[in-house]
Amino acid sequence: MTTPDPPPARELLRTEGIRKTFPGVVALDGVDFDLRAGEVHVLLGENGAGKSTLIKVLSGAYRADAGRVLREGRAVRIAGAEAAEKLGIATIHQEFNLVPQLSIAENIFLGRQPRRLGMVDRKKMEADAKVLLERVGVTAPPRTPVGKLGIAGRQMVEIAKALSLRTRVLIMDEPTAVLTSEEVDRLFAIVRRLRSEGVGIVFITHHLEEIPALGDRVTVLRDGRSVGQVPATTPQDELVRLMVGRSIEQQYPRETVKAEDAAASAAPLLRVSGLRRQGVFEDISFEVRAGEVVGIAGLVGAGRTEVVRAVFGADGYDAGRVEVAGKRLPGGDVCASHTVGLGLVPEDRKGQGLLPDASVSDNLSLVSMREASKGGLVDRGGLRKDAARIADRLGVRMAGLDQHVRTLSGGNQQKVVIGKWLLAKSRVLILDEPTRGIDVGAKVEIYQLINELTASGHAVLMISSDLPEVLGMSDRVLVMSQGRIAGELTAREATQDAVMALAVGTSAPGSTSEMEDSPRGH
Amino acid sequence: MATDTQQPGHRLDKRPGGGGPPQAIRRFLLDNGALSALVVLVAVLALVNGNFLTTTNLLNVGEQAAVTAILAFGVTFAIVAGGIDLSVGSVAAFSGIMLGWFTTTQGMPAFLGVILAILTGTACGLLNGVLISYGKLPPFIATLAMLSAARGLLLVVSQGNPILMPDSLSWMGENIGGWLPTQVIVMLVMGLIAALILNRTYNGRAMYAIGGNEEAAHLSGIRVRRQKLVIYTLVGAFAAVAGIVLTSRLASAQPTGAEGFELDAIAAVVIGGASLAGGVGKASGTLIGALILAVLRNGLNLLDVSAFWQQVVIGVVIALAVLLDTLRRRT
Repeated sequence: MTTPDPPPARELLRTEGIRKTFPGVVALDGVDFDLRAGEVHVLLGENGAGKSTLIKVLSGAYRADAGRVLREGRAVRIAGAEAAEKLGIATIHQEFNLVPQLSIAENIFLGRQPRRLGMVDRKKMEADAKVLLERVGVTAPPRTPVGKLGIAGRQMVEIAKALSLRTRVLIMDEPTAVLTSEEVDRLFAIVRRLRSEGVGIVFITHHLEEIPALGDRVTVLRDGRSVGQVPATTPQDELVRLMVGRSIEQQYPRETVKAEDAAASAAPLLRVSGLRRQGVFEDISFEVRAGEVVGIAGLVGAGRTEVVRAVFGADGYDAGRVEVAGKRLPGGDVCASHTVGLGLVPEDRKGQGLLPDASVSDNLSLVSMREASKGGLVDRGGLRKDAARIADRLGVRMAGLDQHVRTLSGGNQQKVVIGKWLLAKSRVLILDEPTRGIDVGAKVEIYQLINELTASGHAVLMISSDLPEVLGMSDRVLVMSQGRIAGELTAREATQDAVMALAVGTSAPGSTSEMEDSPRGH
Repeated sequence: MATDTQQPGHRLDKRPGGGGPPQAIRRFLLDNGALSALVVLVAVLALVNGNFLTTTNLLNVGEQAAVTAILAFGVTFAIVAGGIDLSVGSVAAFSGIMLGWFTTTQGMPAFLGVILAILTGTACGLLNGVLISYGKLPPFIATLAMLSAARGLLLVVSQGNPILMPDSLSWMGENIGGWLPTQVIVMLVMGLIAALILNRTYNGRAMYAIGGNEEAAHLSGIRVRRQKLVIYTLVGAFAAVAGIVLTSRLASAQPTGAEGFELDAIAAVVIGGASLAGGVGKASGTLIGALILAVLRNGLNLLDVSAFWQQVVIGVVIALAVLLDTLRRRT
């Protein structure tokens, strides 16, 4: 914490004007960043602000389109993981690169085990590993399989591995997201020790309270640009303002206020009360009325997807109840959800929503097949007619109903996933990141579809990590943080600042912080 | 035409625009590679050997294909659903032995013996299904275990000796009207049943869904575990029918019968265009696959190619079939 006013500490790393584009997206748009020896430099930004892209450029996973990276003043090309390693840059990703079956020592020295006469010198390897483990405070013997360690232990093994590479620049991507509070304290102690040894640390976190506790400087990224560099002692409100202060007033076709009035009198179609799963989420209660769009905002890892999957019946829960149109659902039973008219459009469209090598028609009929069966035989002709009607209504652009959905564009694929629930006459739709990876034009079509659905009496529950989208499309916004609903905002109250403040937990004092989020990557 | 479809699908029934007839024929041949291969194979053999294209020989081919085809129809269910069944050969032989044991050793009436034999195979399939859906064993392992266990059980029952069939069952090994083999009829009927299951029944459509994307199927309200139980039970039932056909062809149940047939069955399914990744496959393709294997063996026999070389040729054909299919998908 005692940050001495840095007298010109040696500069370890500098980026100038880094730019990186993907088809249709500018991920980084001129990022300037620098790191000195013996400092913890926090990288802050919303989901999608460009933090992950930046560290992938620094660790050699991506090649920047423009701009340059300087290592101790020298322009370098980081062409791959190996090049980064040679430059003394190590990255600890959210998903660890460890082989659970191998021992700690083998993991640390994977691919460069000390050898004698062509054989791996186990004794030397384990002795070296022991020294490294002591530096990071791990007491487990080097022979222990990594799979036996907890998350925190594995993280320490990753750090030990980085140390064995004589790392000067250590990049840590949300290392605290998966740790308990004591584990966080231990991690901070190690990080401080590394800092005192002169290592430069790039630290990514969403938890603002960690910044003054550990950091020296903060760089804020927004929409792929570095928008500010401030000391770690900057007040949280100011940091939040820097993070969200974007000016893009995108057009969302929803007339929230009108819909809000209309929905106020309607009966709730979906009612969730006291839902809890040990260690993942708790005390989740909310309602969604006919004609209403309720948004769920929050940071990645806040437990949003886990909650909606439990509501839908894809996973079980420990306590609480879910009612659709007054009927209680048994829990953990997808079939029952579908019978009462509850549908889920999952986050991972290709992995969970579609049969990629089946036709548009078969995909659209997937949910309705059971109802369309008599004596075990499916009325495929009837389903095909219904599928044609739905595809037409949603404006799915395709060569024909027999086209494989794999070859459709992302937006059209999403229409098919939504369409299968409409074909099944679902009245309550849960949309998990409905516009992720979809181009702008198709996004607007999805928004219009949501409007049409609510106008015809459907209820929509929508998770989105895109703040303007949540604000633009929701009649009410639930903000989740650390497995709980941190607050509920009406469309009028919901601003980017208000949502972010709840999401990062600044206005939730004394939250029992024994949350242990399921470790999910981006 | 749509602007944002990157690439038209493979099986479009209405192709807007499209080329003229030669293009259409080419497309048809590419889309039905196995059928084209069968036609070419038959044409070549007919030209090379005058004995090939005779009614007697072709019916002979049909007879040779019958057991493999019936086993393969069952295996198609498992493969379409993204699984595999290695136990069908053993289960077929076990069912055959039980047929002999019930009818000859126990002296039961023929129809009862047939029913009990089918129940035997079905029970083996059900057990596979339980191990896979509720025991969460990978299908490869569960059915590998059954491959060994069913063979062992039949050896226990038969004491390692063949069991002769009673006269009341001999009609199954004969020809209807003196020329049409009963086995070919059974093969075609089982093929139709398999096609009906795959195309028209809820269980069949669920196979494609589970094989195409198990998680998506689950999230769409398909009870995946229950369906897997049904799938492997069906595979067992088909294997039992194959076992009865084999037994009637040999007029006795052999303890070593159908050994290694599971591999022929899998080969037939794969040559017929199914994907081991699941979600793709047809009963008609499987029939063609089984016929290709039978025609090859028959033709190579007619051409006096040694049995040793025949195995090499069949290996090459399996590799070629899948290779061509992969190439076609890439274009």
